[in-house]
Amino acid sequence: MALDQSFVGRSYPPTDPYEVGREKIREFAEAVGDPNPAYTDPEAAKALGHPDVIAPPTFVFAITFKAAGQVIQDPQLGLDYSRVVHGDQKFAYTRPVRAGDRLTVTSTIESIRSMAGNDILDIRGEVHDEAGEHVVTSVTKLVARAVEEG
Amino acid sequence: MTAKISYADVEVGTELPAQTFTVTRATLVQYAGASGDFNPIHWNEKFAVEVGLPDVIAHGMFTMAEAIRVVTDWAGDPAAVVEYGVRFTKPVVVPNAEKGATIEVSAKVAAKLDDNTVRVDLTATSEGQKVLGMSRAVVRLA
Repeated sequence: MALDQSFVGRSYPPTDPYEVGREKIREFAEAVGDPNPAYTDPEAAKALGHPDVIAPPTFVFAITFKAAGQVIQDPQLGLDYSRVVHGDQKFAYTRPVRAGDRLTVTSTIESIRSMAGNDILDIRGEVHDEAGEHVVTSVTKLVARAVEEG
Repeated sequence: MTAKISYADVEVGTELPAQTFTVTRATLVQYAGASGDFNPIHWNEKFAVEVGLPDVIAHGMFTMAEAIRVVTDWAGDPAAVVEYGVRFTKPVVVPNAEKGATIEVSAKVAAKLDDNTVRVDLTATSEGQKVLGMSRAVVRLA
């Protein structure tokens, strides 16, 4: 059954702050095999004009996707997560995520569409730092595949 | 923010140095731990086959992370990336073999935009199949 269009525009309460650690950034950079010193060496990051090591561009997804769980698990929305695939991902950065950041995410259902029985849900996550400044916006498109006729 | 590449030095069609990335089962286990995405389709062959996949597949977000390295290596400062988006069109299938799978990424400047930014279009393939679609970054140059 198609998802209820009245959920479009619904925002969820901001998450508790996620504190970004240098070692967590290092672990992520190692996992993607990226030796860029801006991710691990504070001096190298400072040489580029950053106050501390910065995170690779896609690092923030772990934080925004966890926040999107509020939407995915909303019993009123009724998304069947066992049929969900990640269709599309976008980020728009005001500045990079960096060590020492305390980030909160506010998730909003940006759109709901139904195509050929598939439900297509865009979830926007606005990420702000402790001072309330915008850091990055993440838009995650989830596709809940149609149940096959059986 | 200090990109190494100057806006004046690039033209539409400028190609970024292409790169090839290797991904093995061990890579995926390490990425699962670092990202917190423990979906078994990324490490359990039996589970992956049961849900209709040909084999274990890489996390889409892993492929997205690899692809942008072509841009961040070129620009010098990863913070030069001001926008980045992809569509996950085909999974990267990762066989249980020492050599794993490879992801080939190329990129070129598709448009020069305002404010010293350029749009870079990326192409990522594995086994000759395009694995990312509509893969684009906006990058602020010096």
